[in-house]
Amino acid sequence: MGLQAIFFYLFAFIAVASAFMVISAKNPVHSVLFLILVFFNAAGLFLLTGAEFLAMILLVVYIGAVAVLFLFVVMMLDIDFAELRSGVLQYAPIGMLVGLIVAAELVVVIGGSVLTPEAAKAVTMPIPNPASRTNTAALGDVLYTNYVYFFQIAGLVLLVAMIGAIVLTLRHRTHIKRQDISAQVARTPATAVEVVKVKPGQGV
Amino acid sequence: MDSFFSIYVWPGIIMVAQSLLLLVCLLVFIAYILLADRKIWAAVQLRRGPNVVGPFGLFQSFADLLKFVFKEPIIPAGANKAVFLLAPLVAVLLALSTWAVVPLADGWVIANINVGILYIFAISSLEVYGIIMGGWASNSKYPFLGALRSAAQMVSYEVSIGFVIVTVLLCVGSLNLTDIVNAQHDGLGTMMGLPASFLDWHWLALFPMFVVFFISALAETNRPPFDLPEAESELVAGFMVEYGSSPYMMFMLGEYAAVCLMCALTTILFLGGWLPPVDIWILNWVPGIVWFMLKSMLVFFMFAMVKAFVPRYRYDQLMRLGWKVFLPLSLAMVVITAFVLKLMGWA
Repeated sequence: MGLQAIFFYLFAFIAVASAFMVISAKNPVHSVLFLILVFFNAAGLFLLTGAEFLAMILLVVYIGAVAVLFLFVVMMLDIDFAELRSGVLQYAPIGMLVGLIVAAELVVVIGGSVLTPEAAKAVTMPIPNPASRTNTAALGDVLYTNYVYFFQIAGLVLLVAMIGAIVLTLRHRTHIKRQDISAQVARTPATAVEVVKVKPGQGV
Repeated sequence: MDSFFSIYVWPGIIMVAQSLLLLVCLLVFIAYILLADRKIWAAVQLRRGPNVVGPFGLFQSFADLLKFVFKEPIIPAGANKAVFLLAPLVAVLLALSTWAVVPLADGWVIANINVGILYIFAISSLEVYGIIMGGWASNSKYPFLGALRSAAQMVSYEVSIGFVIVTVLLCVGSLNLTDIVNAQHDGLGTMMGLPASFLDWHWLALFPMFVVFFISALAETNRPPFDLPEAESELVAGFMVEYGSSPYMMFMLGEYAAVCLMCALTTILFLGGWLPPVDIWILNWVPGIVWFMLKSMLVFFMFAMVKAFVPRYRYDQLMRLGWKVFLPLSLAMVVITAFVLKLMGWA
C-alpha cells in the first residue's frame, strides 16, 4: 500500500467509470470526450508500471492524433442518434458474445500464469536490468535490431494501406484552377507584360 | 509515523511549494510578455501602445485581468454548458502543466523525467482539445469553423515539430531536457578548436531545423502570420467568438503560456538553455536562469516581430507549407543527420 496503490485505484476507477460513460452518454461528442479520458487514465496506468515511453506514445498517438480525427468525424456527421439508439437492444446478444469471448481469454491468460508460474518466466528475450537502461533505449534496441525486418514489413503494410486510401479518394478535376508557386515566382516583366502600340481612337 | 512524514508529507509540501512558486513567476512573466507583445507591435506601427496604467503602462495586464474577472460570464442559450466551460479550463491547465518538466537552470526543474521532451510534445498536442471543445460547444458557425481550422493546423504542424525534435534527439541521445542542454556544452565550435561558446549550440549545426522549428512553433501556437483560427477579417474571433470575461481570459492565458513554452523549448533545443554564450568566468558567474530568460525573451521578440511584419497566410498556403515543404524537409534532415552521425562515428 502506498501512493502507487492510491494512484492505481484512482486511475483505474476513472478509466472504468468513463468507459461506462462512453457507451451510456446520450451525446456522441460527450462519448468521444469520455473515450479521451479513458486513454488519459490508461496512460497514467502505464506510468505506474514504469512504462513511461509507452505512456507518452499513448498520449501522442491516441489522444493527440487518433481521437482528434474521431472527434472531427463525430462532430461533422449529422446522425439522428435517437433513431440509432432505438434498435440497440437487438444487438445485445452479439455484444454479450464478444464480451464473453474477451472474458474467457482473460481467464485463460490469468489462469495460465497462476497455474504454471514457470511458464511466464520462460521469456524468449532476456529482459535488461531496468535500472541501467531507460525503456526508450530498451524498446529501440528490441524494435530496430532484433525485429527490424518485422518492423519494416509493418511499415510496408501501412504504406500499402495509405496508397490504397489515396487511390480510392483521388479525383483529377480538370476545371479547377490551382496555384503553381514556382510559376508565380518565375514570372518576370518579360513573360508577364506585353507592350502594345495603340493607335489613337482605335483601342487594343 | 515519522517515516510517513519524511516519505510523503515533507516531499509533498516541497513539491507543492515549488509548483506554486513556478506558477506565480510564470503568470507574472506572462503578464509582461503580453505587454511586451503589444508594445513591440505598437512600436513597429509607430504607436505608443498601452501607456496609461502605471508608469509606461507597466500595470496594463493586471488592469485587464481585473476587468475580465469582474465582468459577467455569458453562456449562449444554445451552448453545451459543461463543455463550453470545460474548454478554456482544459486549454489553460494543459498549457501550464507542461512547465513542470522545463529546466530553467542547471537542476532547477520540478520533475526531471527521462521522457521530458516527449511529455512536452504529448501535452502540447492535447492543447487542440481546448479549441475544438470551445468551438463545438459554442453551437455557432464561426466558432465551429475556427475550431476545425485550428485543429487541422495544429495536427499538421505537430508532425514537422516531431521530426525536428527527433533530429535534436539523434544528436543528443537522450529524451531528458537537462541532458539536451548539457549536450550543447561541446559541438561544432569545439570541434574546430574554439573554446566553448554559442557556436556549439544546436542552432548552428542544425540550422535548417532551427528555422523549421521556429516557423512550426508559430503555427502550432496560432500566432500571426498563422492565426487563421481567429482571423478577424473572416471569422470574427474564431473559436473564441462566444466567449467573454474569465473564460475568454483563460483562453488567452493558455495561448500565451503555450507561446512562452515554445520560446523556452526553442531555447532548450537550439539555443543552449542556461549555458552562457561564451565560456569566460564573468559570464559563467551570471546565474543560469538569467541566460535562460534572456534567450527565451529574444525568441519571443522574434515571435512579436513576425506578428508585426508578416501578412497573414491563406489557409491552403499554410497547409502547403506544412505538408509539402516542412514535412519532406524535416524527414530528409532526420535521415541525413542519422547518416552523418553514424558515418562520422559521433553517435
